[in-house]
Amino acid sequence: MFDLTGKCALITGASGGIGGSIAKALHAAGATVGLSGTRVEPLEALAAELGERAHVLPCNLSDAEAVDALPKAAAAAMGSVDILVNNAGITRDQLFMRMSDDEWQSVIDVNLTSTMRLCRGVMRPMMKARWGRIINISSIVGATGNPGQVNYAASKAGMVGMTKSIAYEVASRGITANAVAPGFIATPMTEKLTDDQKEKINVQIPAARMGNPEEIAAAVLYLASPEAAYVTGSTLHVNGGMAML
Amino acid sequence: MSDVADRVKKIVVEHLGVEAEKVVENASFIDDLGADSLDTVELVMAFEEEFGIEIPDDAAETIQSFGDAVKFITEAS
Repeated sequence: MFDLTGKCALITGASGGIGGSIAKALHAAGATVGLSGTRVEPLEALAAELGERAHVLPCNLSDAEAVDALPKAAAAAMGSVDILVNNAGITRDQLFMRMSDDEWQSVIDVNLTSTMRLCRGVMRPMMKARWGRIINISSIVGATGNPGQVNYAASKAGMVGMTKSIAYEVASRGITANAVAPGFIATPMTEKLTDDQKEKINVQIPAARMGNPEEIAAAVLYLASPEAAYVTGSTLHVNGGMAML
Repeated sequence: MSDVADRVKKIVVEHLGVEAEKVVENASFIDDLGADSLDTVELVMAFEEEFGIEIPDDAAETIQSFGDAVKFITEAS
């Protein structure tokens, strides 16, 4: 089950906790992986760890031209892009009343607009191949909202609406588009929280713990697999029951 | 019929699964040949590949019928 032998996957934000786990899971299932991110060093380290079938494809997602060039670079390196995982994202938290245009725009640009550009860039070859998987990593916050994250929540909710619309357009061509919405996941970002903060978060989660990146990667692996061919336009919530949607 | 027309017709017949006799000069891809908007995009992609040309999006939108396609490609190639 979930065999991706012969498939090529492009993963953005592969230097991060969740992105790295996604890359490892798809690679373990037999896929060739294209690791994209802004920081080259961790990408190189991950590629070295994976060994064969791993390519490093640095890209600054706030640079529109670089984003447009990424699908072509990925196809040149791997042969094709059969699976696209838009995982990269940034936060610039701020109280809404104080939020600057720049804080708003930079988050929208990286999280939402770059995702749109990458989806658009892989669409033509996927249409020709009559097979494709688009998996956009949204967030629980896109569905529930979160104080201080007006920009981030808007970008993540935007990804869901976009994913559904893409799913409609290309479903008849063997291409699926889905979102995965993680809840609180233990990554280097959440490690910075104090024990007290973690405790307060955990009481809001029926599973009484944070998720781990492998649990997000497993959801992505499923949606990328041939077995998930009939699942499209959906959002898979992986949040320990924190929001039952 | 010109070589271009033959090749365009072959693509249209294969892609839309219609009978060759229906692919006439004024046949509209959408109204007469049962294409949806995504089919028209794919037809343009197939034309680009077959003839080794680039059809920009604004030009692609003007290609509504078999005759439009033959005319555009003849002029472009």
